[in-house]
Amino acid sequence: MREHTVLRVVTKVLIAPIILFALYVQFHGDYSPGGGFQAGVVFAAAIILYALIFGLAEARRAVSPNLLRITGALGALIFAGTGVYSLLRGGNFLDYDYLAHDAVHGQHYGLLLVEFGVGLTVVSVITSIFYVFAGRGRRNDDEQPPGDAR
Amino acid sequence: MTTDIALNIVLLSFMAIVGMAIARLRNLFPVAMLTGLYSLLSASLFTLLDAVDVALTEAAVGAGVTTVLFLATFGLTRAREKPVPRSRTLIGLAVTMLTGAVLVYASLDMPHFGSADTPVQTHPLRDRYLNQMSEEIDVPNAVTAVLGSYRGYDTLGEVVVVFTAGIGVLMLLGVAWHRPRKSDKREQ
Repeated sequence: MREHTVLRVVTKVLIAPIILFALYVQFHGDYSPGGGFQAGVVFAAAIILYALIFGLAEARRAVSPNLLRITGALGALIFAGTGVYSLLRGGNFLDYDYLAHDAVHGQHYGLLLVEFGVGLTVVSVITSIFYVFAGRGRRNDDEQPPGDAR
Repeated sequence: MTTDIALNIVLLSFMAIVGMAIARLRNLFPVAMLTGLYSLLSASLFTLLDAVDVALTEAAVGAGVTTVLFLATFGLTRAREKPVPRSRTLIGLAVTMLTGAVLVYASLDMPHFGSADTPVQTHPLRDRYLNQMSEEIDVPNAVTAVLGSYRGYDTLGEVVVVFTAGIGVLMLLGVAWHRPRKSDKREQ
């Protein structure tokens, strides 16, 4: 897509707001629609858009697949770890009441942490899946874009 | 209210039209685009139903990511559907009609749309979630509170499912671009 100047310029302008919106959905999920899953998907969509326009190699350099494997596991661990931590603080598994001195504050911290874990895993997994799908197609049609295959 | 009904009718008929178009097309590139459009229409429908969280997911996953994954898959396979013999399409039509009829029959058992005496409205948990949430969790978005806290265990399970799906795909497909690198030997 190197020759599509309009697409490149528009994408460059759009990607930052998309990522900003993903972060908003992530950290504002307690107050407005959205949460970790939605934020992760929107964030992944931004990375995928970047890969579509600027090429897979560029996207892999910006967001490394190896990093994604680590963050994917880390997200699930943050979620489960929050549960274990509340267990250690004397509550039940995933009982956020015990995360802080005040039960309501504990719930807020818990939701924030848990949603962050969800978002991290979702963005990592979706981007990884896209990487391997798009990466496999690459060998067959390096020269011709998929649109010419018909 | 009437505008809602009108919008519902318009959206649902658009979805029906898109579905027909998908069934008729043989070239799969427009089909991928149309499934994206279908997802976008259902996302609009969810927004009308005040299910904004679901709509956001549907728009991003269905209309965005899935369409791209379809297109990436066409790079691996052929992007044109093989013509199917007439007898096979008739069997498919019969199965589809039968399934549709069963679903419509089952939907007759469902409570009416917006009815006040459904389990969702009358179950004691509803009071707990909607009324006591402000003291217990105190976040304005009830969906986040239910998913994250009251039903945190389920959500943890979902995250593990997503993670497992990712691992599965990486194990099946991730080798292809990983193998040529020499650096793997150093890791072992």
